[in-house]
Amino acid sequence: MKYLKLKATTFLIAASLASPLAAQEAGGRLDIVVQPEPPGLMLGLVQNGPTQLVAGDIYESLLRYDGDLNPMPSLAKSWEISEDGLTYTFKLNEGVKWHDGEDFTAEDVVFSADVFLRETHARLRASLAYVESITAPDPMTVVFKLKEPFGPFINAFENGTMPIVPKHIYEGTDFANNPANANPIGTGPFKFKEWVKGSHIHLVKNEDYYVDGLPYLDEVYYRVIPDAAARAVAFETGEVDVLPGGSVENWDIPRLAEMDGVCVTEKGWEFLAPLAWMWLNNREGPTANEKFRQAVMYAMDREFMRDVVWNGYGKVATGPIASSTNFYSDDVTIYDHNPEKAKELLAEMGYDGEPVSILPLPYGETWQRWAEAVRQNLSEVGINVDIDSADVAGWNEKTSQWDYDMAFTYLYQYGDPALGVSRNYTADRIKKGSPWNNVEGYENPSLDEKWAAAATMVTPEEREAAYLEIQKEIVDDVPVAWMQELTFPTIYRCNVNDLVTTAIGINDGPRNAWIEK
Amino acid sequence: MWKRFRSNMGAMIGVVLLIAVIVIALIAPLLFPDGPWQMVQRPFLAPFAVDGLPLGTDTLGRNVAAQLAYGAQVSLLVGLVSTLVALLIGVPLGALAGFYGGYADEGAMRFTEFFQTIPNFALAIVLVAIFEPTLFSITLAIAIVSWPPVARLVRAEVMSVRTREFVDAARLAGLSKPRILIQQVLPNTVSPIIVMASLMVATAILLESSLSFLGLGDPNAMSWGYMIGAARTVIRTSWWLSFFPGIAIVITVLALNLIGEGLNDAFNPHLSRKGKA
Repeated sequence: MKYLKLKATTFLIAASLASPLAAQEAGGRLDIVVQPEPPGLMLGLVQNGPTQLVAGDIYESLLRYDGDLNPMPSLAKSWEISEDGLTYTFKLNEGVKWHDGEDFTAEDVVFSADVFLRETHARLRASLAYVESITAPDPMTVVFKLKEPFGPFINAFENGTMPIVPKHIYEGTDFANNPANANPIGTGPFKFKEWVKGSHIHLVKNEDYYVDGLPYLDEVYYRVIPDAAARAVAFETGEVDVLPGGSVENWDIPRLAEMDGVCVTEKGWEFLAPLAWMWLNNREGPTANEKFRQAVMYAMDREFMRDVVWNGYGKVATGPIASSTNFYSDDVTIYDHNPEKAKELLAEMGYDGEPVSILPLPYGETWQRWAEAVRQNLSEVGINVDIDSADVAGWNEKTSQWDYDMAFTYLYQYGDPALGVSRNYTADRIKKGSPWNNVEGYENPSLDEKWAAAATMVTPEEREAAYLEIQKEIVDDVPVAWMQELTFPTIYRCNVNDLVTTAIGINDGPRNAWIEK
Repeated sequence: MWKRFRSNMGAMIGVVLLIAVIVIALIAPLLFPDGPWQMVQRPFLAPFAVDGLPLGTDTLGRNVAAQLAYGAQVSLLVGLVSTLVALLIGVPLGALAGFYGGYADEGAMRFTEFFQTIPNFALAIVLVAIFEPTLFSITLAIAIVSWPPVARLVRAEVMSVRTREFVDAARLAGLSKPRILIQQVLPNTVSPIIVMASLMVATAILLESSLSFLGLGDPNAMSWGYMIGAARTVIRTSWWLSFFPGIAIVITVLALNLIGEGLNDAFNPHLSRKGKA
């Protein structure tokens, strides 16, 4: 009872402290785990996860996105899309300076998008194929003209997709070998100070940042700690303040979350929206049969897997598009856990007990357990299942050479079906040698046309209708077995406020974060 | 000899324990007809928290008792078969080297040393990683890393036996060399081989567990090492998941060692007495 009372008062105090009246406090230092150590910090050249995490504070793009993927100002203070969906006009913020003191202008944007990133950034290049011209009519205005309408283009101005790099440093140089890459210069809220390999990356406050009062923090340390258990301990002992998603084992999350003054959020993954599924080989074996694939969906207790394997974090997938991605709909056939139905479907197709194999993703315990749970569910309806094993290289080889029956994977969606979803289902993306395209070998010519059409429709309403139709049809075909939307919870001390406020979470979190003393 | 073995308290305890493990392994399918992978209850149930689950459930809600029983099958199978294979390689090689001497001896011993210079466990890891981890490849890898000591032991024994008088007698009687080796020499080297084999089974079980612990086990076979490896990440919250398989390994390996010691004493009464004095 005494304990309860104590708790109640702490809550009251906590509540009063967290009231909106509390002013943001400036100052302080934030220690964030980065795992693994990034290969480089020049965001225009490297875009893997750890690089985006650290360099997201150094570089900026034209826009940021809130949790519903609505664009927010960043380097651009306002923007306009013409009626026909062909012209994107951005007005830039005034008084923005590069970290070396040079002025930032529209020329930097044109150089970054049209020259630098076109050469270095494959994912952006695909979107730039729709672009006819990028121009700077005046130093504070940038205009993108498109060849044909491309709805997802508004999502291309995210920091990891289109980081703006300084023209005065890179123009006319060999981008990949420019000595400035070791000492990145951006416009962001924090400046690069020092990188001690194997230990930490030190960023300090950009005193000349163009948004008044921001950032609040004096410095940010990104700490390199190679072992998952050691990272958990570092958080427990107070050595680090923030564990970004994926830096500790799932099983450790509840234990850390129960500590006093520790908060957990699943937000901050809306833009990437990682969706996990099993490739089902549509070419041969039992998985080539649509009834078998549907039976697999009914046989699995995906709620249970989410609750047990992922400790309740994540959301059971309903189809190819994640719920945080634009144009998601759950108005589709829902595959609940229904072993009877699965058995019926298997009987209808005349399944003869031919064994199928599952290839787990070689990313550690969680994925192995997940495959074991699936095997158990499938064997309960009479499917003979073996688990294959492979290391990362073996997994890449087997999936990209189509040498599998069922194989786990997960991919990012980048906010729009045309950017991160259709690539896994259209026939033109069937290509041996890559594990990121239409690996399952699903061919549906009428859907191919719909995917293509939906990408270039002008208004969001039209696109919405088109994608609804696509989702309804593809969910019935079950080209792959959609498992769940993954969330990688961020664990942090509750006195760190406003850490995760956008769709890319911690990647641009320190900009607004402040520490309550 | 059996009398001497029987009078050895430790050895008898070992036999009882080993028989218990063997029985559990044999009747596992009767005790737990659903197999070790069946998810039966909520995950992370502590021992005795729910009736019928005396050892609790693991990270996926699987019955730890069932896993232990099926794990016994894998451990014993791998231990016995890999030892047998190692003997099949080591005994003939050591016997030939010891009996014929000269180039045969040189060649065989250099070959053996080649394997002995590579750390056992490292070689086993590499072998299993190259082949895909299946029960077959794991057994083979363990056999491949454990035969060299057998070859050396047999060679030494054969060398000492072949100079005895009864061998000379056999030679004078006109027996062919291979016949002398097989009929006269080898039978007299059996006792140290048996002792060594019983200890090798224990080592093999440990090796298999270590491989599974590192995630190099057969993903379709429940083994004790796998259980500990899977429980490693939750050791602070769910101690029983690594404790029970750990105990199972300790008991089995201890039993085999006790038996090995007992056999050694029984075969070499003089040595054993000296040891005790």
